[in-house]
Amino acid sequence: MSRLSDHNVLVAKEIIARYPKKKSALIPLVHLSQEQNGYVTEDAMRHVAELIDVTPAEVYGTASFYEMFRFEPTGKYLINICGTMSCQLMGAEQLMHHAEDRLGIRAGSTTSDGLITLQHAECQAACTEAPTLQVNYRHRYRVTPEAFDQLVDDLRSGALDDVVPPHGTLARNRQQIPAERAVGAPDPDDVTEGPAWIQVTPA
Amino acid sequence: MSTEYTENTDRVVSPLPWAPGFYPGDRPQIVTSRFQYEDGHTLERYHATGGYEGLRAALAKPPDEVAEEVKNSTLLGRGGAGFPAGVKWGFTPQGVWPRYLVVNGDESEPGTYKDRLLMECDPHQLIEGCLIASYAAGLSQCFLYIRGEMPLAHERVATALDEAYAAGYIGTNILGTDFGVDIVLHTGAGAYVVGEETALIESLEGERGMPRLKPPYFPAAVGLYGQPTIVNNVETLANLPFIAKEGSVAYTAIGTATSPGTRMIAVSGHVKRPGVYEIVNGSTTFRELLYGEDFAQGIRDGNDLKAFVPGGGSAPWFTAEQLDIPFEGPQAGAAGSMLGSGAVMVMDSTTDIPAAALSLVRFYAHESCGKCVPCREGGTWLYRLVQRIVDGHGTDADLQTILDVGQSICPGDMQHASSERLGLDAVPFPYKMTTICFVGPSAYVPIHSAMTLFPEDFDALVTKRGERRSIPVMAGAGE
Repeated sequence: MSRLSDHNVLVAKEIIARYPKKKSALIPLVHLSQEQNGYVTEDAMRHVAELIDVTPAEVYGTASFYEMFRFEPTGKYLINICGTMSCQLMGAEQLMHHAEDRLGIRAGSTTSDGLITLQHAECQAACTEAPTLQVNYRHRYRVTPEAFDQLVDDLRSGALDDVVPPHGTLARNRQQIPAERAVGAPDPDDVTEGPAWIQVTPA
Repeated sequence: MSTEYTENTDRVVSPLPWAPGFYPGDRPQIVTSRFQYEDGHTLERYHATGGYEGLRAALAKPPDEVAEEVKNSTLLGRGGAGFPAGVKWGFTPQGVWPRYLVVNGDESEPGTYKDRLLMECDPHQLIEGCLIASYAAGLSQCFLYIRGEMPLAHERVATALDEAYAAGYIGTNILGTDFGVDIVLHTGAGAYVVGEETALIESLEGERGMPRLKPPYFPAAVGLYGQPTIVNNVETLANLPFIAKEGSVAYTAIGTATSPGTRMIAVSGHVKRPGVYEIVNGSTTFRELLYGEDFAQGIRDGNDLKAFVPGGGSAPWFTAEQLDIPFEGPQAGAAGSMLGSGAVMVMDSTTDIPAAALSLVRFYAHESCGKCVPCREGGTWLYRLVQRIVDGHGTDADLQTILDVGQSICPGDMQHASSERLGLDAVPFPYKMTTICFVGPSAYVPIHSAMTLFPEDFDALVTKRGERRSIPVMAGAGE
């Protein structure tokens, strides 16, 4: 039972309508399914394929290219520790060792209670605040071992429930395009004329 | 690794916690003027600080005049290549419709950290830039592609788009004119290579994010859905409201003739005050940026500078000898590197150079999309070789193999900086490459720079010919 819910099908249809070609909605819809289920399931990929008129293999073909999509059950919290240069220079490796010790797991695995998945990650665009990590893609800056321990305690106690949504949820709001203001997204094959504000002055 | 874990409690914390890492300073502010406000991302603050006046000024003129103004400003693209935006717009073929705008907000070059702040702290400025570009170049739909790992930027931009639609800035008949465009927020899903503009388009079409074969060289001719498509970086577009409102003369009055305006630079690594700074383009030198009181304030703990990466992880390294080079593309190129995406990473004298280089080689090997063999295979080889050397199991033959693999990615002379200490002259830009995009060469660049400028650091780690002994299997197998 991991097809998109009725509500999410409505959301999906709205997203699809924003693109001149349906397949452009592939990545946003796989995100939507991951938000619903916590990871990307085969049923969800089949459902996405139906919605955008492609084969399930095409959905998996695209989705498997992207690192944020996970195809097996994942912890409620995904902790990504950055190891690229600026963070490496500021002690990312030691932070990773500490994190593995503290959680009792190696990077790439999930705690036995299913709460936390730990991963090595690449540059998170917060290089001046190294070393950094992201928990469900929410940044933590200048992370000391003590700060890491505090983060784990807070995640376990639920103290961060308001700040960090479960894995799969990215933005907590979605763009709404009001129908009465929308220009629309015609298929480029159906467009013959230039936009109204571009006047081609006759010679 | 020899680098000690540093407790960062003594580091200076940004005065603006909602704009982490950003320091305003007493300099011209074109794109960061609203970072001082905690509510800089709201339409209310945007209106109160001259917001959407650039759009009004643009709509009062014919589109081609606006495009001409941008061309006259010599606004250089901020994504890494530094190509003039106005010229890029001019590559769209006449009479082919529809045309699209794709905003490259997939910032992920190591060390680079500016587009995320622009999207989080001042999303309306970016939206206004998109609108001005769409009006000037006749673009009828805009896709704002934001890196997936930036949910706060998504939330801020989504809210700003909703506000702007409701206020009549986006959609049909904008501000009562014929001009109409939709701006669609699109989510990435984690792939560095998607920052390459044709890979970005592939990704937006719902495909694996692999760069397209060239020619055609510019998506401006053949882009999204095969249509003319302008791909611009977030920071590039964020400059447009200023240019539209104040004019190209006011813009070119800042900076130098070849590199006008300002640009955002992130300085990270072993400096006293790592931060994001909006600097005057073209004239500010690396020395000012690394040592200036108003900038990074020098190397941490009173240490000496060993090396720095001047333009993001893909850029060949500089040392103290290159400190007086200004932020001017051709000068950085002649000195053997590039300015790239505005990211300086600083290594002090305590740095384990092979380990630092490894962190970049691993990054690019990891991010190879797999389309070009020299990158897919070569990058992985480089990563494994450097890892072995850093682990202490390397031989001098491995150093030679690294150069051999590098030759298959970048044949001929590889660019690097000069070194008086080693008696080396600079090898200027550009290098040759056997791959479609720059990910492959970028895996070789850091290790080539490190080995060229600091050969002794590698010699000290590897076993020499004649001294080699067999390595126990278990010792070599540790990952």
